[in-house]
This record gives sequence, C-alpha cells and structure tokens, in this order.
Amino acid sequence: MTVAGVNTVLDAAVIRREFPVVTSEINGKPIVYLDSANTSQKPNVVIDAMTTFMRESYAPINRSAYTLAASATEKYEGARAAVAKFINANSTNEIVFTKNATEALNLIAYSWGRANLQRGDVVVLTHMEHHANIVPWQMLQQERGIELRWVPLTSDFQLDLSSLPTLLTGAKVFSFTAMSNVLGTINPVEKLCAAARAAGALAIVDACQSVPHSPTDVRALGADFAMFSSHKMCGPSGVGVLWGREELLEAMPPFMGGGNMISEVRLDGFKCAELPAKFEAGTPPITEVVGLGAAVEFLNGVGMANIRQHEIAMSSYALEMLTSRFGDDITIHGPRNPELRGATFSFAFRGIHPHDLSQVLDQSNVCVRAGHHCAKPLMKIIGANATARASFYLYNTTADADRLADALDSASDIF
Amino acid sequence: MPGIEDLYREIILDHYRTPRNRGELAPPAVCTEGNNPLCGDDIRVYLDVADGVVRDVKFSGQGCSISQSSTSMMTVAVKGKTIEEVRAFVRRFKHMLTLSEDGESVDQSINLGDIEALQGVVKFPVRIKCATLGWNTLLEGLDEATK
Repeated sequence: MTVAGVNTVLDAAVIRREFPVVTSEINGKPIVYLDSANTSQKPNVVIDAMTTFMRESYAPINRSAYTLAASATEKYEGARAAVAKFINANSTNEIVFTKNATEALNLIAYSWGRANLQRGDVVVLTHMEHHANIVPWQMLQQERGIELRWVPLTSDFQLDLSSLPTLLTGAKVFSFTAMSNVLGTINPVEKLCAAARAAGALAIVDACQSVPHSPTDVRALGADFAMFSSHKMCGPSGVGVLWGREELLEAMPPFMGGGNMISEVRLDGFKCAELPAKFEAGTPPITEVVGLGAAVEFLNGVGMANIRQHEIAMSSYALEMLTSRFGDDITIHGPRNPELRGATFSFAFRGIHPHDLSQVLDQSNVCVRAGHHCAKPLMKIIGANATARASFYLYNTTADADRLADALDSASDIF
Repeated sequence: MPGIEDLYREIILDHYRTPRNRGELAPPAVCTEGNNPLCGDDIRVYLDVADGVVRDVKFSGQGCSISQSSTSMMTVAVKGKTIEEVRAFVRRFKHMLTLSEDGESVDQSINLGDIEALQGVVKFPVRIKCATLGWNTLLEGLDEATK
C-alpha cells in the first residue's frame, strides 16, 4: 500500500489506532512519539491482556495446586512458549525471563563469566555497544583481570571487520549488538557468530534493538546467547528475555539464589531446579510476562517481516526528506543505506545542543531522546558529546517524520 | 504547558552565545569536574582561592544552553566574593530552584541579579540538573580549595 508516496507493506495509520499513547494529545496537539528505540508504546491488546489477567486470573505460579494458580501458571508458561516460537528457540528451557536485557547480560557475565573466565582471558566487544554490554564485562575485568578487546568502526558506521580475526584470536567471548541503538547500524550477526565460532569463542548477541524490528531466528544466527527487552517490543517494562543454548545454560551455575530456582534446600546446601526455573529466583513479574506474551502475539499478527519492510521505507523517506530539507544543517550519525540500518537516527542540527533541541521539539509534542544514549564510548568515538535521536516503529508514519522536520525548523528561531 | 520563552530568556541565551570566564586556570588553582549523566554534559570549574576569597574562576567543557549560561553567570557572580559569601549565594540560588532543603539558612536578602532569569527552569524540572551542574561543581571546588 502507499502512504504519502511511500510504499509500505503495513498500514501504520491503521496500526497506530491500537496504541492509545501514540494517538493521544497534550495541550490539544497530537503526540509525535519518536523514542521507540528507548521504549515502545503499548497496544490495547497488551494493556487489556494485563488488566484482564489481574482482574480475573492473577495468582502465584509454579507453587500451588488450586485451579486459579494452575491457570496463572499456564498463562505464564504459555507466554514462554510464545517467545520461544517467536525467535525459533529449540525449547522453552532455553527461554529465561529476566528483568530486562541488561539483567540478562549481567547474568551471563556473572554466571557464565565467573565459571569460565580467568585472568588474561579475552572478551571481545565492539565500539558500538550499549553500556549494558560494556560495564558487566568491565566489572569482571576489575574482579578477574580479563582482557577486553574492541572491534572498531569504519568511517561509514559499520564494524571494521578487517581486524576481527586478529582480535578474536584466543578469545573466549565475542559479545556484540545486533543493531546499534545510536547509529542504527545493523550488524551482520550470522557472519559475526561464525567468526566467533571459528575462533572458539562464545557468541553473545545483544538483540535489544533487532528483535522488536525484524524476524529473529536464533538457530539460524548461530549464536550461543541472545537477549532482548519486552518494553521495546510493545510489551510492558519489567521483563526481558535471555535465550541461551540449553547445554550452556545447563552447565552454568545459578545467578541469583532464592525461591523457585531450587529443587532442594537443606541446612548443608541446595540443589538447583531444572531449566529455566534455575535462573528465575523469586516471584517473577507474572503479569508482565503475560503482557509480553500478548505483545508477541500482536507482533506475529502484524508480521515481523512487514515491520522490517515498513521501517526500511520509513528510513528511506526520513533520510531523503531531512537531507533535502536541511542539507548540511543536519548531520546524521549512521549509515545512509536504509537496507543496512534500522529506523533510528542520531543527529546534530545547526549546532543546537541536543538537550535544547529536544526541549524545543517538545513544544510541538515531538518526543525524541537527547543525550549519550547509554553509549558514552561510542559518542566519544563519533566525536559527539550528545546527540538527539529520533526512532521510528510500526506505528510511525511519514507524517511523523514531517512533523519532526517542522519542529526542527522552529528550533532555529530560538537559537 | 509552560512556554519555552520562560526557559530561554534573552539573558540566558546571551550568556550561552557569549560565555563569560570561559577558559582554564593553571595549578595551584583547583579544578573540579561535574557530569550530568542525563545528557552526557561535563563541566570543569577552575577556582583560584586565596585568603578566603575567590580571586578568579573559569570554566570549560560542553553542555546545553542552560548549563553553560548558568555556569557563566555563576562565575561572574562569585568572583571576588569570600568563600562564606559564595556559599550563601549558592544556597540562595538553589533555594530559588526550590532545591534548598533548609529554608532558614537561606539569606533572602541576597540579590541574584541576572541569575533570577533562571527561575523559569523550575517549570522544566528535567532541566534543573542542567542549571545546577556548574554550581555543584563549584561547591566541590570550594571544598577542595579549603580542605
């Protein structure tokens, strides 16, 4: 179908009606929500699934025999099965619910890392990582004396793979993002996983920015671990997913200790529960997991391939429109080819500080993030202290991109 | 919604476009650094204190219009004041931004002058940290210079 001259496979103008915040107004003016790389808005089906669950079915999971509890457990585990299918995992044992992707990365660094990494062992990261895929490894570096190596960037915002074989030599782990939350760059995940495997290193994929926006098949990727957050994929905050190959999860020591993660506790010790409960200590975010299940169902209904096509069309439109309208006044830090990037644009505009820019855009209800996007090393490398970032999702239309441009124009009037 | 003009007053934009006392001071002047984790801004304040008086003050670093202009105005205001006067002035400033935990220790008779223009920041709570970044860095510098 066609929206304002752009060919797209899904009708964002219809889809957005399912998102109450996206279609709401502040001070009589519509909201232009362009911060989905930060966190996405929620469709009615997710909101309804959660409220209905709390109204009608809420109960503890995994520990009570009564009907209500059994039904809550079924819904919770149903969501796990939906997530497993969504990313083509081998089994539900490979799906661990965490607080978010950050906790999943910490879980790996803490549990797998402490069991397997010694002084001098090498972990390879990239210059485009989010703090969540940097700091847990730096914590391990401080504690264990592991060595961190970094894959640099090329001038066109891709990973510089020329040095990869050298960097991976002798490495135990290669942990990288599937898509940069700042640059929008989509990395060649399968290729990177293959390189890790060839070097005998574990491949960990931070899939936070990719799973919400494109089809994911963890088996085809050839990864060992991947993680993502519910709140970026139309689900609620408070729950994330760690996927790991079963034999790896099986061999790992537990992360947090407590209820649910044990099969036996005596005064002289404990035995872990089977997967995935082994990594889910304490009462989990039950309602949120149910909400995530509804989000997965919603995304399946729209079709992940359609979402990807829509975002390529949005990228194409936004890049062309912003460049033709503002020329050299706008600098977009990221790839120009829409096929090689997600619809997340970090930019500098007419020398206006991003924080001031976002404040002025807010006058037009245009919601963009300003700052370092939890990627300070990357910001330093691209020579920006901060950027403004506009990110599009399945509910954004070309009209949103136009409103962003109009609001940018008004910022020039002040500064 | 508060108007954007409450935030970007002319005097603020003037200090942003033409910052006063921008630069560095060599040791023995103390240098303290402040960061705003929200936006990644960082500011360094250089403080030359002798005989209990702020003889000179300069600042460097990057930041938004509010943090830069607020720091610029701060340097103009505190230069030549005694340490006690500076501390009282900072308390008065923070009180204006409703950050003062103890109203009684604030000397309301202190005239903030141009700095009153920053009062509009109160209507934009997210930006209060921008407005106070240079001032908190100054306080750390005073601690350093007087320890």
